[in-house]
Amino acid sequence: MYFIEPHIHIASRTTDDIQAMARAGCVAVGEPAFWMGYDRSNVGGFYDYFRQLTEWEPKRTANYGIRHFAWMGLNAKEAENVPFAREVIALLPEFLDKPDVLGVGEIGLHKCTKNELATLRELIELALGRDELLLFHTPHLEHKLMGTRMILDLLRADSRVNRDRVWIDHCEEHTIRLVRDEGYWAGLTLYPTTKVTPERAVDMIEIYGPERLLVTSSADWGPSDPLAITALMAAMRRRGHEESLIRRIVYENPLTFMRQCRRFDFTPPQ
Amino acid sequence: MSTSSSASEMLDSEFLGMRCRLIDLAASLDRIDRSDGAPPADPRMAQIRRGLEILAGDAPDRAVRVQLEFSLPYDSNLSPLAPRP
Repeated sequence: MYFIEPHIHIASRTTDDIQAMARAGCVAVGEPAFWMGYDRSNVGGFYDYFRQLTEWEPKRTANYGIRHFAWMGLNAKEAENVPFAREVIALLPEFLDKPDVLGVGEIGLHKCTKNELATLRELIELALGRDELLLFHTPHLEHKLMGTRMILDLLRADSRVNRDRVWIDHCEEHTIRLVRDEGYWAGLTLYPTTKVTPERAVDMIEIYGPERLLVTSSADWGPSDPLAITALMAAMRRRGHEESLIRRIVYENPLTFMRQCRRFDFTPPQ
Repeated sequence: MSTSSSASEMLDSEFLGMRCRLIDLAASLDRIDRSDGAPPADPRMAQIRRGLEILAGDAPDRAVRVQLEFSLPYDSNLSPLAPRP
């Protein structure tokens, strides 16, 4: 079965990983801009990173038949210095105009500070002003519930937000209902220790249904698995779910969400 | 949406994994006990104990309640909707 990996940080993965994903049936990936494991010392570091996501990584995945789409944004961990963040945000329109860029992401909160919130407001303003898709990172561990609620509060207060075009990622058992009840797309992240396991993701598919649900590996430079989607597929089969439901989760839902981007030009294999 | 499995079939499928994870958790607690010094008066240990109490109960939605146990409370003063000073 073909699948789409909607959230993976290819820049942090080896070419062997890309090859393994292609062999497993991956036909397209989404790569949000994120924290590379260190704070960048100047705005040029971001410029080069955005070029990497839009020029170099698409070539690496194309060598194995995987189509690469990127998201442009400033992650919450580097959003605390608001004047510096503004310099980075000023770079984004140039890259958002590139053909395989899906929207603004991943943006969000980390420690839920006032400065993170100030930067986030400016990123949302940029996205809404350009009618871009939005991808939100919700915080880790003990901050997740608080940060998710803050993001929902922020979006609820803005009448311009089209909830069909917003993906709130890294949901877990205690936040998925909040996100889905308000009409957003919810993302589940398959991580070995933090976030959710394949079995828990299947639990949430069973409890909440497949509508507006995306499941991803979010594989990056930390403990993570670029083939985690295949583990989800195996867990769903083990639990007796039909192939049509599995295909919906790992292929049709990502396509449905991504197709809302006016620049999305992809002919999926059947 | 639910699976077609009965509760007995689900228990058959889950039992060894549950047993393994319980023993892992017990061994982690033993490891902390065997370490130098007194058992830490650390709020994280109290969280673990409260999480175990949730598992021992019969009420549903245990995963949600354990998650909430490990979450910071939402401070409405931090809400983006709170009046700005």
